[in-house]
Parts: sequence; C-alpha cells; structure tokens
Amino acid sequence: MTQSSCIDVPSGTGSRATRLLGLVVVGGLVAVVLLGFFVAPQDDQQRDAVRMIFVHVPSALLTYTALIVAAVGSLMWLWKRSVWWDLVANAAVEIGVLFCALTLITGSIWGRPTWNTYWDWGDVRLVTTLILFLIMFGYLAVRAAGGDDSAVATRSAVVALIAAVNIPIVNRSVEWWFDRTLHQKSSLTDGNLENMTLFTLVVGIVVWALAFVWAMIHRFRVGWLERELRSVDLQESLIARRAEVLSGATTDPDPHTQGDDR
Amino acid sequence: MTHLGYLLAGWGITIGVGVLYATRLIVRGRRLTRRVPAGRHRWMTTQDRP
Amino acid sequence: MLWRDLCLTAAKDLRIEWRSRVTTGQIVPFAALVLMLFGFALDADRRLLERAAPGLFWMTMLFAAVVGVQRSTAVETADGARRALLLAGVEPMAVFLGKTVAITAQLLIVEVPLVAGMVVFYGVEVEAWALLVLTCLVATFAIAAAGSLLGALVAGLRARETVLPILLFPISAPALIGAARAFDDALGIAAVDGWAWLGLLAGFGVVNVVLGACAYGVLLEET
Repeated sequence: MTQSSCIDVPSGTGSRATRLLGLVVVGGLVAVVLLGFFVAPQDDQQRDAVRMIFVHVPSALLTYTALIVAAVGSLMWLWKRSVWWDLVANAAVEIGVLFCALTLITGSIWGRPTWNTYWDWGDVRLVTTLILFLIMFGYLAVRAAGGDDSAVATRSAVVALIAAVNIPIVNRSVEWWFDRTLHQKSSLTDGNLENMTLFTLVVGIVVWALAFVWAMIHRFRVGWLERELRSVDLQESLIARRAEVLSGATTDPDPHTQGDDR
Repeated sequence: MTHLGYLLAGWGITIGVGVLYATRLIVRGRRLTRRVPAGRHRWMTTQDRP
Repeated sequence: MLWRDLCLTAAKDLRIEWRSRVTTGQIVPFAALVLMLFGFALDADRRLLERAAPGLFWMTMLFAAVVGVQRSTAVETADGARRALLLAGVEPMAVFLGKTVAITAQLLIVEVPLVAGMVVFYGVEVEAWALLVLTCLVATFAIAAAGSLLGALVAGLRARETVLPILLFPISAPALIGAARAFDDALGIAAVDGWAWLGLLAGFGVVNVVLGACAYGVLLEET
C-alpha cells in the first residue's frame, strides 16, 4: 500500500456494508435454488412448472417497487431539487427495467407449459407490465438523450410520474378489454400455496429485495461518480483553457465551439 | 422432474442477467472511481444539503 | 386570465397552421396514405379490414398525433419562441391547454376524411353517430393532452423526433384500447359497451390534463 493511511481510498463503489450484503444475496440465492428445486413440493396441476414462481413473483413485485421508488424520487426532485433523490429515481428505473424484463421473460416461459401459450393479450398483468416496461424504457431514453443535468432530471422526473399515474389506468383498461385473466388470483394472499412453497417464495422475495438494495446502492454511487466526473471534466477543461489564454498561445477563441450545448 | 427445460431457462436467464448486471455495475464503479479525484468520492452527501 | 391566455395560445397555433397549411397539406394525406397502406398490407381482404377498422383508424391517428405534436413543438423551439412566451407573462397552464386544444382541432380535421375513407375503402357502416363523434372528441383530446405534455418534455432534446414516439405510444395505450373498443360498438363490429369505454377515455383525458397542467410550467422553465 503506497497510499497514505489517513483516508481509505476506495477502489470501487463497494464498501464493507455492500460486500456483506452481496455475500448475503449470493448465499440467499443458493438457498432459494436449493429450496425451490429440492424442498418445495410439486403442484398437483402444474407439477414442477410451479417452481418458476420463485423467480417470477419476486421479480414482478420488485418491478412495481422500483416504479414506486422512482415516482417518490422524482417527486422529491421536483419538490426539493434534491440531486440525491434524482439519482435514486434513475437507479430505480434502470434496475426496474431489468426486473421488468425478467418478469416478462420468466412469465412467458412459465406460461408456455401452464397456459399453453407464451403470451396472452387478454391478460391484465401481462399487458400492464409490458406497457410499464416500454415506458421505463422511454425514461432511460430521455436520460440517455443528454443535456443539462437539472433539465435531464426534470424531464425524466415528469416521465416517471406520468408512468406512475398512467399504470393504474392501463391496468383498468386491459381488465375491461377482455374481462378475463389467466393469472391466478394473487398467489400470496389466497392461501392456496403449500407451506414449503410459501416459505420458499417468501425467502425468494427477501433475497430479491436484498439484491435490489445492493444494486440500488451501487447504481446510485455510479450515478453520483458520473455526475462528479462531469464537473471534474468541466473544471479541468476550464483550467486548461485559462492556462492556454494566459500563456498567449492562442489569440481568439473560436466562437463556434462555445455555443450552449443543450 | 417435469418441465426441466422451462425451469432451467427461466432460472438461468434470471440469475445470468443478474450476475451480468452486477458485474457491469462493479466494473463501471471501478472505472469511474479511478477517474474521479479522491476528494470527491463522498457520494452520500449532496451539494444542496444545508 | 387563464381562459384568455388559453384562447390566445390556441388561436396563435391554429393561425400558424392555417397559414402554413401543414394539417391539410401534409397530415391529412399522410393519414390517408397510412389507411391505404393497411389495405395493401392486409391483402385487400374486405372482411378482415372491416373487423380491424377501429384499431387501424386509431393507429393511424396515433401516427398523425406524433406528426402534429412534432409540428406544435417545432413552432415553439424555433427562434426561442418558448422563452418569449414565458417572458410575455402567459400562464404555462394556459399554454399547455391552448396547445392541446390546437392539436385536438387539427387532429379532428384529419379524422373527418379518415372516417369517410373507412366507410368507402373498408366498408364499415356507422351505427351510432353520437358515440362515434364523442369518442373522436374525447380520445383525440386525451391523446393531444398527453402529446403536448410530452412535446414540451422532449423539446430541448436533440433526439426529440425519436424520443417522442417512444414515450407517446406506450402512454397512449389505454386511449388506443379504449377508442378502438368504443368504435367497435359505434360501427357495430363487436358487442361491447362503447359508452363505458368512453368513460375510461374521459378518465384518461382528465388525468393527463391534470398532469400536464401541473408539469408544464416546470418543463417550460427548465428545458
């Protein structure tokens, strides 16, 4: 170690807490796999296909959690102009898109053996989740389109709020659309699950939630560093430019390079 | 075990995507940490806080 | 005050449209073209076209809405007109509502020949005119509200032409479903309760108007 010991310079976005959390998640994942494949019993009708529940349901729950977190973060940005909350919202949407994609993929794979179809347009939750996925994707597109930091934050905050407000309407419209659904009524609340299945599902949800927290912390820090880096870059180029002018190397700055970059 | 192919696909994709994303996050974090000066790593505080 | 600003903004946008004739000269032909293309794509099968007519109609309108919103946004971004509008002390909420009304008016102009085109080329028969007209009014207004909000949102972006549809299409999904189902009823294609769908469309419209009224000022100032 050549660095001075008074400040512990991190080598990445990890800290002791996140490393511990990461280990817990990995351990939990192993436990869920073991419980899900070997301990939880077969379903009478679905046979072993029911074991998909342990990846599908936690992903779906966290997708909607992410949407709520993003909506809260966006509100806080608009209200308090808090950069912290803006980064939280951004992290939540990015991770939410991931969980949403996993929900759709595992749902389709699960649907094939149990409903005999990968996709059903009349199913409320399926279509709602698809539309949520598309809107979240749009959010990331707005983020990626770039521009001034606070303008980007405001734009994307509005998108997140539009998503959060419109999703219930989407849900309602699809529900009326076919007035039928292939989904079982919420598997968690109707008490039809075997004890061991329920237990594994709860463990799965907890592990997924911890993974979500882990990813949120890391994604937040990445977002924070990116922000810092932008201002560092700006300052460095300002200093370089000033030095250039002072040394008299150039005379007139090119007016075309100075236009405001929106 | 019935439906083993479906199960492996579903679980495999989920865990695979999770691991890929986690790896990408860590790599991104490391790369950024190297580029941002040491004094600016304090991500838990914000500038606009009183 | 709000009402006056609203009328001012709407009148301004419509006057610009009237002078440039973009709606009648470009958006109407564009929509008609899409309607024709669906005919080619579906292999000129009259029965299939009739069955699909409501959906195709509203798909076409969604495309037309993107063009309309892009026009409406371009008018404001050119020459810093938005900033001038703010400096003039016009209320942002009124600007939003005014632009929404203007877009609605333009899209309604597009819908008249489109309905005629559906009757002639797709062979549909209108059974309930009241429902048809009301659906057009409500759904168009709802889509226009979502559109003008998103238009302001993407106005500052370089990639606004591509980002706008990415946002507008999924958000308009309830309007598309609702309006197409209401048309199903109005055209006697499927036995559904079109009036209930009209209610859902109205709800969608109200929500988006409220959202837009709240968010428009922030977007206008910031971006």
